[in-house]
Amino acid sequence: MDDLYRDYILDHYKHPRNFGELEPHDLEAFEHNPLCGDELGVHIRVEDDRIADLRFHGHGCAISQAAASISSEELKGMQLSEAGQLGADWLLELLGIPISATRRKCALLGLKAVRGAVTGDDAWPA
Amino acid sequence: MPPAAEQHGAIGHGLGVRDDFPIFKREFAGRPLAYLDSSSTSQKPQVVIDAQADHLREHNANVHRGVYALAQEADAAFEGARGRIAAFTGAGSRVTLFTKNVTEAINLVAYSWGRSTVGPGDAVLITQMEHHANIVPWQVLCRERGADLRYLEVDEQGQLSLAQLDRELARGDVRMVAFTHVSNVLGTINPVAEITLRAREAGALTLVDGAQAVPQMPVDVDALGADFYAWTGHKALGPTGIGVLHGRREILEQMPPFLTGGDMIASVDLQESTWNELPWKFEAGTPPIAEAVGLATAVEYLDALGMERVREHELELTVQLLEGLAQVPGVRVVGPPAAQDRGGLASFTVDGIHPHDVAELLGREGVCIRAGHHCAQPLMRCLGVKATARASVGVYSETRDVQALLDALHGARELFALEGASPARAG
Repeated sequence: MDDLYRDYILDHYKHPRNFGELEPHDLEAFEHNPLCGDELGVHIRVEDDRIADLRFHGHGCAISQAAASISSEELKGMQLSEAGQLGADWLLELLGIPISATRRKCALLGLKAVRGAVTGDDAWPA
Repeated sequence: MPPAAEQHGAIGHGLGVRDDFPIFKREFAGRPLAYLDSSSTSQKPQVVIDAQADHLREHNANVHRGVYALAQEADAAFEGARGRIAAFTGAGSRVTLFTKNVTEAINLVAYSWGRSTVGPGDAVLITQMEHHANIVPWQVLCRERGADLRYLEVDEQGQLSLAQLDRELARGDVRMVAFTHVSNVLGTINPVAEITLRAREAGALTLVDGAQAVPQMPVDVDALGADFYAWTGHKALGPTGIGVLHGRREILEQMPPFLTGGDMIASVDLQESTWNELPWKFEAGTPPIAEAVGLATAVEYLDALGMERVREHELELTVQLLEGLAQVPGVRVVGPPAAQDRGGLASFTVDGIHPHDVAELLGREGVCIRAGHHCAQPLMRCLGVKATARASVGVYSETRDVQALLDALHGARELFALEGASPARAG
């Protein structure tokens, strides 16, 4: 089996969960990776300070798409305050594959959008 | 297998120069290096590495300053290199300046010529297929000076339209036509001499970005008629850190300096200074001396191979590349369909696999290609793609490299469990 392109990664890439537009939504952000042109946006609906629902939209490589898809399942129901604090380690652990330095931004693009939507901070997750 | 590739495959070693390039001794994951990223940067022959090392070991001193024997050796090496480099590109009647790279060469013209010449009501004409290096300096100039920045369109076959050029020039406001000789994404070889002739008749200057052209085909700057022709060392088997700008003397003489400081002055007073003669007026600070020596050696190496032969060799590989890619299901090639209309590269997409993943999977097989927007985002938008994968050949490339790419592509499709769904389109 391939270390990086595992079956579940390819499955999330081909059949991404929680993708599309979410209308109406309360929060949104759009991020891109200028290096490769990958783009990911997120729409979030908030209830009681929690992420009631979210959808990603955009396009990119298997890693950026799978990372957004996998994280979307964890993010639903999460407190906004918690989502705004999520770091790179949370996502990389969730992804469960070895990510090289050159692919790190691919993996983190979706989380960057979520953090941007929730906190307004558009820094790359540390 | 296509006839050209078959014939070539019998020899299989192209120009037979791979042993001149020490990097090919390296292996990646037990596989030989299939370097197909020469449009990004070329590999370096031992003679270039040696020439630079020899200069630093035996002849190193600063230039244009010392009276001692060693300094005179350095002067002779540096100014000699300038002459050898100008001769290689047929730029004998032009002034040859050294810059850091093509980006700096274009900025030199956009700042120095542009800011002393272009104003409101003027236009700069570029094309949709330009590298960011030949877009952004003009954008900044036009914004600052209230001038118009217009684009020649690229058609579905990756070509510019001379009819559109004529229409643009007929508007009478174009001061500069800046365009690439060979597209780094489409591979398109533009009709440089026809464009410069039309521009000259319309009273516009021309700047040609020769970054991709000089390493792979005969280039005669005087015959092409460009007022400015820029190219870079590192894509032409030379070192990084040195670019070349050939320019018409009468224009350069009128232009104010670009960067100012040491070496570019005639005299410095407390409040004002006067400028050195050409070409040194445009070479502020200590120039890339060892790099110039390395680049002169590189172009002599290319000259010895013969640029006609280099072009023929890369054309054969491009035929093999295009025909091979056409047989991979789901692969689309952008740019001119016929190999003879393009330089030695092919940009492509693979249905169901993002270019980044293509590059990653090929890299594991020792196949080095580039993925992304290739510093040409406006072109990507006009092609309707976000990114492409790009394979590009060099003098040291061989048929086995192209075969390694095609094999790895089939492997990548297998891993992504893609079936031979959509029919391949001949690129």
